[in-house]
This record gives sequence, structure tokens and C-alpha cells, in this order.
Amino acid sequence: MLYISPDGTGERSEAPLLEVLRVSKAFGGLMALLDVSLCVWPGQIKGLIGPNGAGKTTLFNLITGMLRPTSGDIRFQGRSIVGLPPHRIAALGIARTFQNVQLFSGMTVFEHVLVGGHRHGRSGLLGAIFQTSRVRQEEKEARARAWRILERVGLVEWADRPAESLPLGLQRILEIARALATAPRLLLLDEPGAGLNPPEKAQLAGLIRSLPEEGITVLLVEHDMNMVMGLADEIAVLDYGQLIAEGPPEAIRQDPRVIAAYLGEEDEVWNAARG
Amino acid sequence: MGRAGFPANAIGFAIGLPLILAIGGLEAFRPMGLSLPALTGGLLTLDTMIRVGLFTIVLVGLNLLMGYAGQVSLGQAAFYGMGAFFSAIMTVRARTLGIPPALAEAWWWPWLVMLTGAFLVGLTAYGIGRPILRLRGHYLAMATLGLGIVVYILLRENLGLPHLNLTGGFDGIQGIPRLRLGGLLLWPAWRYYFLVWLFAFGAIALGLRVVRSRVGRALRAIHGSEMAAESVGVEVSYYKAQVFGLSAAMAALAGSLYAHFQTTVIPATFGFGSSLELVVMSAVGGMASIWGAPFGALTVLLVQEVLRTQLHRVIPNAQGEFEAIAFGVILVLIMLFLPEGLTTGGLRWLRSRMGLRPR
Repeated sequence: MLYISPDGTGERSEAPLLEVLRVSKAFGGLMALLDVSLCVWPGQIKGLIGPNGAGKTTLFNLITGMLRPTSGDIRFQGRSIVGLPPHRIAALGIARTFQNVQLFSGMTVFEHVLVGGHRHGRSGLLGAIFQTSRVRQEEKEARARAWRILERVGLVEWADRPAESLPLGLQRILEIARALATAPRLLLLDEPGAGLNPPEKAQLAGLIRSLPEEGITVLLVEHDMNMVMGLADEIAVLDYGQLIAEGPPEAIRQDPRVIAAYLGEEDEVWNAARG
Repeated sequence: MGRAGFPANAIGFAIGLPLILAIGGLEAFRPMGLSLPALTGGLLTLDTMIRVGLFTIVLVGLNLLMGYAGQVSLGQAAFYGMGAFFSAIMTVRARTLGIPPALAEAWWWPWLVMLTGAFLVGLTAYGIGRPILRLRGHYLAMATLGLGIVVYILLRENLGLPHLNLTGGFDGIQGIPRLRLGGLLLWPAWRYYFLVWLFAFGAIALGLRVVRSRVGRALRAIHGSEMAAESVGVEVSYYKAQVFGLSAAMAALAGSLYAHFQTTVIPATFGFGSSLELVVMSAVGGMASIWGAPFGALTVLLVQEVLRTQLHRVIPNAQGEFEAIAFGVILVLIMLFLPEGLTTGGLRWLRSRMGLRPR
């Protein structure tokens, strides 16, 4: 079976990983999303951009089950995930980070990543109380796995620090590490670059760029145009809850609807993207 | 991954166990006429120490629920009362319930009742917890408050079955048998003291294991951010209900031990005031610490005792209200200077004094 790629440049032999099908979301009378359809293909880094309030985070909340769409369907690996609770969706292989960093206060960096690996474990309350050898083995494996992820993202030396004591740039990387610990197929990143300085952004971009090699598909919401354009192989643009454009970065850069949507936004951001 | 740090747990057991053994031994043998009250100027009695042990069991559960999972319970005394009354009814009212005397008088019967009671109360709390733990913050506190009041009224009103007189209404139940272990009667008090503290240290060990486990981390994660915990696959409402059930079972177990210690139970012991007192003990000891449980209980009981016996020397004609006011002032001071409670705050102070990295 062949699938038409949304940018019209050809056909794809794989099924899409994530399909958002005519999804709408109303908050009272306000339409946060209207009839949005898009696909995320396996192995790609897909950008999702749009002015503030365009509905990007709402779309993330719908995909991860934290909100329920008013209408439309969302499919992951061909299966509808609408109505599933967030922890079930996480178990299917969708992980995310948050625009406003959501840390577990009082827990160390290492413990954050251990919690990220929660779904690989089986042991419950009784196991914890009686400390069977199976439970201890599982705990050992979980720690080894978490340690590998800290090494992978470069947070080893921070392992024992309380997560809140990290600079924002590292907190965002920690959120990604926690999400990676779930071993996701699809990773949703919600403005991972916000508030970071250029070296931090470069480190973050390097990390994101390396994810597809490990079989992790990325859907990236980002305000920094340079970063999105440099990372994404395809970009979807939301404005006032509607999808106004979708295609490769070069096409999006020239698209008059996109330029119009961004008029009045921070000019420098947009000029930087075009330059 | 050997985490360097202050070996608080090892020190806790290394100091706590011998200390508790020494107090018990002192009271058992009274060498050279020495006794606990004599050595502490009448401040500490074996009775107080037994109560500290009982509250420790309740507080370990409550700390797991409030300090680690972040779910406030203002009705914990209800579970304590359910355990106490379950033991009392199943032993004293055995005939009303049609339990054969041969069974009800066996030495192991109260023990079986105690474990069954803890299990049933835990299960009940788990069942109630699934819906009410969807509530957050103040709403959850209100729901547990209501739960506590409902249980109190049920106990006071004979569970709505006045003809059976199971709970004894206002007057409660008298004549609850002392516990026996085979042929050994667990009385005088020092024997019972050892039993209670065996359970208390068991509760502490259990709490420490839970905290360090996968489940414990999930609970702390829920406390930190429910949204983020869900996003990595933690089934939030399930874990909340589980820890609620565990804390209720522990409270019920302590309640059973209390019933066999006091031999009399009345509903008034398990009202809202007691639930509040438990929260105060938890906060004073340090909610987010297992070791805070014995320290919180001991501190609150001691302060109450000192106020009760000494306040009239400072303020002549002092009435009960003065005690309450002074108690409140002391609590405010503790919370002002050690907002994390005595153990967590104290440990942090120690670590910084010893030049260890604050955690």
C-alpha cells in the first residue's frame, strides 16, 4: 500500500506513525482547533509552528490524551487513541515534554529518569515491601537503563542534584531524558528551546537531530525559526486553530499565508529565518 | 549506584532499636528501683511510649500518603477507629455475631481479627479512594474530612442497628481482652510495649522500602506533577488509591493494637480532633520522612504532657484553653523555624553543619 505524502512530492511506502484526522477542539465557544489534519511519518522530525495561541499545545494535549477532541480522530500506528487515558497512550509509545517545565519537585535528576522508565517495570507495593529477588533484579536493570540515558544526554555529573537546581537549559534536556526513558516511538517536544541561550540551543539541537537514528520520531513545536528550519524535514503551520500550510522548510519559508500569519509577530525572528 | 549521603536510616535503627530496648528493659526489671518516669522527672511513662509506638504505625502510613504522594487526609483517625472497633466487636460481641465460643476464646482469634480488620479497612479505603482521589487539594481534604465524620457517626449510632448494640454507642465497648501469644499473656505493660514497638519498627522498615521502590518514586512523582507522571505512563489514580489503602490498613492495625491495650474503646477517641492531631504529628515530625513518624508522635505527646502538668505553675488558674493556645503557639514556632518538620529540617541542618552537600 502506498501513502501520499502531504507535501505532494511523492509517495511513501510506510504507513504514517501518527494521523490527526479532522480534529477540532472547542473550549466553550472558542474553537482552539478547527478541522486539523496532519500526518507524522516514521523517522522524521516534523516541525509544528504558528503564532502564540494558534493551538499547538492544545494539539499536543489532545494527542497525549490530556484533553479529548470535540470531533475527529487521532490514530497512532493505525489505531485510534481517542479516549484513552494519558498513561495508556504513554504505554503505546508516545512521550512528551512540556512548554512550562514539569519537574517532580524534591526528586533528583537520576530519579526523574528512573520515573521515566516506570512503564518498563512490573513490581508493585507488595514487591516493594517484600523485596523479592525479582524486584531487586528489576530495580538494578531500571537503574542501569536510567544511567545509560543520563550518559546519552550528558547529565551524568548532575545525577544526584535536585532537578530544580539545574539551569533551565539542562531542565529541558532532563525532560527529554525522562521522556526518552519511556522508550517512545514518537516524542512530542513543546518549545524545548524557549528561554535557552545559544550554546544551550546548539546542544539541544544536536540531541534532537540524533533521535531519528534511534528510531524515535519527533514532533517539534518551536518558536525559534532557525532551530525549526534547521531540524525539521517537514513543517506544519497552525494559525487560529487551523492548518494553513504544510511542507518542507524551504516552501514554508516562502509561503505567503505563513508570512501573513506571522506579521506583527517578532519581526527579527522571522527575518532571521529568511536570512 | 552508591549514593553518597547521610546514612540516616542506618543511624536511625542503630540508635532507635537499642534505645527502645533499653526503655523496655528498664521498665521490665526496674533495676535498683530506677524507672522511666523517675529518670525523666515524670515526663515519660511507659504508657506514653506505647502511644508513641501506636501513632508511629499510623503516621508512617499517613506520611506515605501526605508527604510522599501529596494527598491530604483529614480523616485518618476514622481508619484507626475502624480497626479498634473491629477488634473490639469481634472479640467482645462475638456471641451477638454468632461466633462459636471455642473460636472466639482461642488465643489466636484476636490476632486473626486484627489482620483481617487491617485488610478489610485497607480494601475499603482503596474502594473509596478510587473515586475521591480524583479530587485534588482542598476538595480531597474535604472528602476525607467528610469520610471521617461519617465513620464517627456510624460508630456512635451503632452502625444504624441499635438492636444489636454492636459499637455500644456513646459509651463504646469495654472489656476487650488482652492479647496472648500461645500461653504467654502480653501484659504487664512492658510486654505490650515490646509488641507495639515490634510493629512500629516493622512499619518504619516497610515505609523505607516503599519509599525507595518503583512505587515510592511514582508516588513522589505524582506529588511533583500529576501531568508529567501520567505522561510517562504512571497510572495516577491507581497509585493514589493504593497508598490510601495502605495507609488505612496501617491505621487500622494500630487501632486494633490500641483496643487491646486500652481494653476500652469509645467513638469520641476517633473523631475529627484526632484526625487533626495526626496531621499535626505528621507535620511536626516531617511529612516527607519515614523517621519523622516516631519523632512527630513523641514531640506532640510530650508537649501536651508538659503543658498539662506544668502550665498551671506559670499561669495560675490556667484552664484547658490555655493549653490549646500554648500548644498552637509551639506548633507555629516549629513550623516557622523547621517548616519541613523536625527530621527533614533537622537532617538538613546536620548535613550543612557537617559540610555534606545539601540534598
